[in-house]
Amino acid sequence: MGERLRSEIRAFTLLAWTWVRVSMSYRTSFVLLTVGQFVITGLDFVAILILFSNVDTLGGFDLPQIAFLYAGSALALGVADLVVGNVERLGRHIRLGSFDAMLLRPVSAFTQVCADQFALRRLGRISQGVFVLVWSVQALDLDWTPARVAMVPYLVVCGATIFVSLFTLGAVLQFWTTDASEVANAFTYGGSTLAQYPLTIYPAEAVRTLTFVVPIAFVNWYPSLYILDMPDPLGLPGAMRFAAPVAALALGLLAAAGWRTGLRHYRSTGS
Amino acid sequence: MWLWWAVASRSFRRYATYRAATLAGIFTNCVFGVIICFTYIAVWEQNPDAGGYDVTDALTYVWLGQAMIMTVAVWNGGSTDELADRIRTGDVAIDLHRPVGLLSWYLVSDLGRAAYHLATRGLAPTLLGALLFDLRYPGDLLTWTLFTVAVVQAVVVSFGIRMLVSASAFWLLDDSGVKNLAAVLAMFLSGLVVPLVLFPGWTRDVALLLPWSSFLQVPADIWLGQRTGLDAVEALALQTFWLLVLLGCCRALLRAATRRVVVQGG
Repeated sequence: MGERLRSEIRAFTLLAWTWVRVSMSYRTSFVLLTVGQFVITGLDFVAILILFSNVDTLGGFDLPQIAFLYAGSALALGVADLVVGNVERLGRHIRLGSFDAMLLRPVSAFTQVCADQFALRRLGRISQGVFVLVWSVQALDLDWTPARVAMVPYLVVCGATIFVSLFTLGAVLQFWTTDASEVANAFTYGGSTLAQYPLTIYPAEAVRTLTFVVPIAFVNWYPSLYILDMPDPLGLPGAMRFAAPVAALALGLLAAAGWRTGLRHYRSTGS
Repeated sequence: MWLWWAVASRSFRRYATYRAATLAGIFTNCVFGVIICFTYIAVWEQNPDAGGYDVTDALTYVWLGQAMIMTVAVWNGGSTDELADRIRTGDVAIDLHRPVGLLSWYLVSDLGRAAYHLATRGLAPTLLGALLFDLRYPGDLLTWTLFTVAVVQAVVVSFGIRMLVSASAFWLLDDSGVKNLAAVLAMFLSGLVVPLVLFPGWTRDVALLLPWSSFLQVPADIWLGQRTGLDAVEALALQTFWLLVLLGCCRALLRAATRRVVVQGG
């Protein structure tokens, strides 16, 4: 298992690096696209700033606190998007028949689909998230205990795992219908948009659904409640704030099982 | 006239083929609509008069926005996307040989597409929004008429901008960089991310004068009754001004491009 994983990671790195070198051969274009990505995702935060030119708090959270939620969500999505974002191109690979070629190679098809056309410019989204994170950390009036500090990378890793699983589940759908790839956006990009705001603004049933059904609340909400020292509007046990790995693991296993089922179901394009 | 009808209706039918994609898109629009609604409810709870809207206006604005995304093709899509491809592959030579103008051909097929998107991705999320939230509707026939005019003009203004972007492929061969930039500007300055009326100070006044305000802010303000009578006419006139300017630019650019293509093809 460990050996297998190591070789997959090595294959991914190698394939991704090839694509990085491809994109580097058009250096101006690469720089422009990365800066573009930075600006595009940055406008998301400008939108929040504009909202805050009209109000002082949203759902009981002030601007630095929301900036922290925003950064957590953006980083988790950014990391997931960088690593597996291209899995949403599965439908295209199936249509063009290139997926069949991938199945013949001695590296798992999942690794190949994710590494194909690997886009380093997606660092634009991540660096934008880091930017907002740094700003919010210095604007927040918090006592940064070691536990709090440690919780930040923990949040990003668990959140990214949840988004990786959602990207994968969205791609799994494409084994059945190659047309409907947009449904996945509702969960990945939609989930990240949703997580930018405190969940106190949503009805309690929605928060319950986001906790127990589609665990987007674990991306940043529960860990952030601990870091920001805010009360849980649902009044769930304090252990929820540390339960993100459980949610990430459960969703990850579901995604892996889904991918395997989809792969077994796959019967080539037939034309 | 018959020819234009044929082009538009076939364009309508072409988009109608992809049913699963339409359903998937509607689902995504609905999810985003609901998320944004709760954000706005929180904003207007704090400031019940933000941007001169009340909370009902704001929620209606959200669903109008979701309806306009595809209809107006706010950030990309539509017939102009093909043009850039056809310029790269050289197929545009066929377009230039048609006995009808390139610009009107693409404009009419984009209108056909917009009609399809309005009927599906415009209407369906709005119906869901109406079921879930308390929305505001135009009270009289005049407002409906003005709103219809505003939407048609919005499509044409958006077409003008998208056409300029695609035509840049005549010089750049790859329009993806320009398209990216145009999409960002459009998304932000159309009022899709945040209503333009919430922009602080002078940025609001500037944003309201730019062509992108035609995409969503103008139709929405007419629908909501924020702009009525002479004020509504003024809003429509601004749209007309921009569509004339943009189509004029398209025409000039295409003329310059055509000369270039002939030189290259010789």
